[in-house]
Amino acid sequence: MLRFFASRLLQSLLALIIIITATFFMLRFVPGGPFTTEKAVTPEILRNLEAHYGLDQPLWKQYLDYLGSLARGDFGPSFKYPNRTVNEILADKLPVSLELGVLSLLVALLIGLPLGILAAVRRNTWVDYVASSFGMVGISIPTFVVGPLLVLALAIHLGWFNASGWYSPIARMLPCLVLGIAYAAPISRLTRGGMLEVLSQDFIRTARAKGASELRVVMRHSLKGGLLPVVSFLGPAIAGILTGSFVIETIFQIPGIGREFVNSAFNRDYTLVLGTVILYAVLIMALNLAADVVQAWMNPKVRLEA
Amino acid sequence: MSASVTSPVASPAAAPEEGSSLWHDAWLRLRKNRLAVFGAATLIIVALACFVGPFFSPYGYEEQNLDLGAAGPSAAHWLGTDTLGRDLLVRLLYGGRVSLGVGLAATFVALTIGVVYGAIAGYSGGKRDAVMMRVVDIMYSLPFTIFVILLMVFFGRNIILLFVAIGAVEWLTMARIVRGQVMAVKRMEFIEAARSLGFGRRRIIFRHILPNILGPIIVYTTLTIPGVMLLEAFLSFLGLGVQPPMSSWGVLIKDGAEKMEEFPWLLIFPGTVFSLTLFSLNFLGDGLRDALDVRASKD
Repeated sequence: MLRFFASRLLQSLLALIIIITATFFMLRFVPGGPFTTEKAVTPEILRNLEAHYGLDQPLWKQYLDYLGSLARGDFGPSFKYPNRTVNEILADKLPVSLELGVLSLLVALLIGLPLGILAAVRRNTWVDYVASSFGMVGISIPTFVVGPLLVLALAIHLGWFNASGWYSPIARMLPCLVLGIAYAAPISRLTRGGMLEVLSQDFIRTARAKGASELRVVMRHSLKGGLLPVVSFLGPAIAGILTGSFVIETIFQIPGIGREFVNSAFNRDYTLVLGTVILYAVLIMALNLAADVVQAWMNPKVRLEA
Repeated sequence: MSASVTSPVASPAAAPEEGSSLWHDAWLRLRKNRLAVFGAATLIIVALACFVGPFFSPYGYEEQNLDLGAAGPSAAHWLGTDTLGRDLLVRLLYGGRVSLGVGLAATFVALTIGVVYGAIAGYSGGKRDAVMMRVVDIMYSLPFTIFVILLMVFFGRNIILLFVAIGAVEWLTMARIVRGQVMAVKRMEFIEAARSLGFGRRRIIFRHILPNILGPIIVYTTLTIPGVMLLEAFLSFLGLGVQPPMSSWGVLIKDGAEKMEEFPWLLIFPGTVFSLTLFSLNFLGDGLRDALDVRASKD
């Protein structure tokens, strides 16, 4: 188990270094820079600006300097917001996106798991058909269609929710619901599949033969095995929710990190782009790692192999 | 149906054996699956409409009618017009060409890379396999969507780059599936026989192994297409995908969402067609998986 964890950690670190290096050099080789604007800047000012941000240094030195400050937890100054550091901007926007992500994941699990379990237990009844159709519909209709449609129906026509914004509990409900439903669908499908697989096994028949109630069979005997596919999906799901928030933040005009990222890329704000990419990478990899560990802990086959 | 195998999934490798071949059985099973048949029929209709439909339309795709402006569905414009008075139906069909085209092209890129990579890793085994799959593992943990976004922002958002980038993201799962299948098949006796006849590695992989794992490859390809189309639409929605004057379903949905308060049909029609297409692809993929009895992928 420890070796498994260590090897996955090492792998993540390697991936992180690849990401930082690739992004750093990609940013420097693209046409345009942070100071190319419509207004022509005189060459002297440009030189001063570049000197101020260290852009006149050789590339390898810039890279090493960046790594050095990164090791101290410093993402550097933003190129587009002159008086702010990347750390400040990220600290400002991250909580919003994080909250959106966590709430959405909760919504996804609260809808997806019960639906999947019900569908498996009541296999081939109308309950199953309704739940399975929901799964298919949810997978096929993307958030950027569901989102605007729900805004149109529930917010604009019925006035139940806010069409945009973030700073009130009501305003948060619709975005979290939209993003959550998108992941409730695959979760319900995986739960159904996993539960069906477990429920058809011999030890379940034994439990039933010994007179265990249906509730006990499901909760005590099947759940742990049946939810394995869901746990292994959680890593990708979290990554998806994090990047999915780009769209949700755009639709609902939420001041989160996703919108900031797209803007910073357009602005060639090198340090802000790098900082956001690194933050996303660390988040996604940490959560992936956590999902892997939980999965290994739940599944003796993986646990013993490693 | 006549006795000959006319299944769309019949491969040259499996076709000669008529009657009760694996592919024939699969076709019979698939035909019984109503949702899969519905999906296939819808896809054929949508694809035909997109590629042939515009020829029969009295309106051009860029033809503006500023006097008309945005008008709801009518006899002259079945799905209404957008704010520049352009016929939405024609734009939807042209957009469909781009969306479907990107979907197919990017899936083809993913398919090619994934199959070759997975087959080599699975067939080689040992250290080479370990290294190759470790690379896949590491790439899996990279936040690829973010890289695709960066690529699209920086390198001019051209459409070739778009599907190369998407294809490069989507090949990973294909490689994993193919590798697993190849490892299972390569231990079988007919592979041993081929090897003892002195056939080279390339010939064994492409002539002997791959035809036997076509089932999972076809199923997963069908399920990759909607994922790819979704990614294209996602990028277009963020303003990073297909650029005007070209359009795609993602672009139309983006435009529609911006104007939905006054002109809801601009969102509803593109959204419905796009979702229906994804729906059909997913149903068809699921049906194919059941029909071909593929249990490799878990999603």
